[in-house]
Amino acid sequence: MTAAGALTKATPLSRRTARWLDARLGAASFVRKALDKVFPDHWSFLLGELALWSFVILIATGVYLTFFFDASVEEIVYQGSYVPLQGVEMSRAYASALDLSFDVRAGLVMRQVHHWAANVYLATTVVHLMRIFFTGAFRRPRELNWLLGVGMLILSIVNGFVGYSLLDDQLSGTGLRIAYNIAISIPVGGTWLASLFFGGEFPGPDLIERLYVIHILLLPAVIIALLGAHLALVARQRHTQFSGPGRTERNVVGERVWPTFAAKGTAAFFLTAAMLCALGGLAQINPIWLYGPFRPAEVSAASQPDWYMGWLDGALRLWPSWEIRAFGFELPTPFYPSVLLPGVTFALLALWPFLEARITKDRREHHLLDRPRDRPLRTALGVATLAFYTVLFFGGASDVLAVTFQTSVNALFRAFRTALLVLPPVAGFVAYRLCRELARRDRPGATDEAPAVAPAAPEDGASHRRAIEPEDEPERDPASTAGVPRG
Amino acid sequence: MSTDGDGRRPGANGPGGGERRTRRDDRAERLVVAAFTVSIVGALILAVVYIAGGQAQLEGVALALALGGIGLGIAVWARYFMAADEVVEERHALASTEEEVTAFTAAFEAGEQTLARRGLLAKLGLGALGALGLAALFPIRSLGPRPGQGLKNTAYGDGGRPLRLVDADGVPIRPADLSRSSLTTAWPEGHEHDADASTLLLQVDRERFRPLPGREDWVVGDIVAYSKLCTHTGCPVGLYQTELDLLLCPCHQSTFDVLNGAEPVFGPAARPLPQLPLDVDEEGFLVATGDFSAPVAGGFWDRGRT
Repeated sequence: MTAAGALTKATPLSRRTARWLDARLGAASFVRKALDKVFPDHWSFLLGELALWSFVILIATGVYLTFFFDASVEEIVYQGSYVPLQGVEMSRAYASALDLSFDVRAGLVMRQVHHWAANVYLATTVVHLMRIFFTGAFRRPRELNWLLGVGMLILSIVNGFVGYSLLDDQLSGTGLRIAYNIAISIPVGGTWLASLFFGGEFPGPDLIERLYVIHILLLPAVIIALLGAHLALVARQRHTQFSGPGRTERNVVGERVWPTFAAKGTAAFFLTAAMLCALGGLAQINPIWLYGPFRPAEVSAASQPDWYMGWLDGALRLWPSWEIRAFGFELPTPFYPSVLLPGVTFALLALWPFLEARITKDRREHHLLDRPRDRPLRTALGVATLAFYTVLFFGGASDVLAVTFQTSVNALFRAFRTALLVLPPVAGFVAYRLCRELARRDRPGATDEAPAVAPAAPEDGASHRRAIEPEDEPERDPASTAGVPRG
Repeated sequence: MSTDGDGRRPGANGPGGGERRTRRDDRAERLVVAAFTVSIVGALILAVVYIAGGQAQLEGVALALALGGIGLGIAVWARYFMAADEVVEERHALASTEEEVTAFTAAFEAGEQTLARRGLLAKLGLGALGALGLAALFPIRSLGPRPGQGLKNTAYGDGGRPLRLVDADGVPIRPADLSRSSLTTAWPEGHEHDADASTLLLQVDRERFRPLPGREDWVVGDIVAYSKLCTHTGCPVGLYQTELDLLLCPCHQSTFDVLNGAEPVFGPAARPLPQLPLDVDEEGFLVATGDFSAPVAGGFWDRGRT
């Protein structure tokens, strides 16, 4: 240790702590490099961050809820303070969820923030995925991170469904029954799978306890592991950036982690948390006391799952009543829309980086992002796919829409089935033409700085002028000249 | 390493920024002060609300103020008082050099050869691991029973004798208890909690009702019984359009024709609701003389096999 590094009484505590830690970890140079890391800035890079912060809120509120929730199907008579259900027989799980809502101080706000956080987490995850897709951020070298992301998406959808299925209310019980019937529709092993998972025939004696362990331990642990790897890969491979002056495939232009990026990230966390708390306090979500305890022979009209399950519910409704029977065996209707469709969906999603590389024969490294207009075919394909799943999503609300718009469900079904076949190609075609038109308008500008490069393949940043130049330059100039210097 | 880039947004603390304060900086600073103050006030409100007995809306708002104040304060602080000049950092090649890869491969293969020298041991070791993996599958079997006849039968077929139909409280049902305009849900006596045995009792218009061939004596007067579980995904078929004699499933809108053997007429269901053979016993209560005409609820692989 040099004389300059010697500790004296006057050394600040933070510096002494750093030295204490470094003497044991030798991490000073590693951490210094981490603090110096550069992050490119763009509003769309915030989407993944919002998902991350929502997930943190999910964990925090979720831990609080576990202290009060009782995952048991043992039947008791409700004695809590919600008058309409007093004296009603119900499971301990449902009763403890009612207690959380009415008798645990701050319990309701925690429950609602948790549920809102789940919806926002999945929404921001999906929009983040769209950003990655439309800008080509999944291309080499980031295929592995794409796979990690798709894995997290699937597990998070499952965990969201499992989470709201725990409460043993009428709505969640209906969802579980549908899940059971989907499981037994799987050929050959389906009935085995359902029996092992549910512990017998629906509803099964151990189901809620099992779902609880899956919801609070198994899936969160796997998601956290994948999330850690996801973030580690971003750090290792560095973030992508849009092309612009001085931005090339071989550099990263942006802000340093310490302090600017770290401060912005921290602000994003607190603002996300604030939004979720405002939603959880002011916007009622999943009012289980209105649904009543689960009774297998009952169902409420307008049963709607959470939004991220909507496309599956829509697929179940809109799929025709086809059943294949041969040699005494059968492939029941629910198998196609609720096992085959999600299987194909997620398989294609996971394989997309490899499929695209095969189609375009582009296997080079990419650190500069595409603008969607410069890849009209990919953009058109993405838009068509989104149109398909959006129609399914609205199809899942067919009964609610029929009531709202005073139309017959039958007419709506026909409309949705037609839209499912017509809308995706139309939306894709419109997106394609829009891309071509936007790219064409950009072209004169592109020749300013570089000789004509094939516009569909921007390889270096100079070939594309940034559409928006630094946004606050005009506003800063007057401020710094007209401002009165003080102090 | 730090450059001015394209001269974008020279930071307030950046090179040359020095201690010059502008009116804009003052405004920003006041905003940060206000935001952090709001946060503290929010935290105090939260404490007061909690102590006063708690109120979900106020708690949510107080939390939002406390968290949002901090978030806004830091955001403004970062925006105005932290270096915003863009920094350019070189990207280093991700792939290792050819020498590094060769060295790694050589080291790995050397180790592999050491293992291969005792090839039998290596094979046996892998075999042991595989056997252990297979053995570890057996405990999974304990999770649930073998899916036997349970999916194909309900309590109605268990005893081989007629079972009374009862309501949710276990009270037997007489034909006179039913009315034309309402649905009655019934269960086999003693099995009021069976999820798979819930039964719909319907009073139909005898003039228009067409019993299926072979099921002419499955009705009692104008009363017919079907399984309540939709043949699509097993939801209770709870909506009855009396004037059309249609049963509607609220989950996925499958629709069944009550007058015609509960055949599906709309929606994703592919099979009719199974029918229950009805009779009355000597005391005048409704009984089921056997099990449903088919396995109830959603289909499965070997549903048609016995």
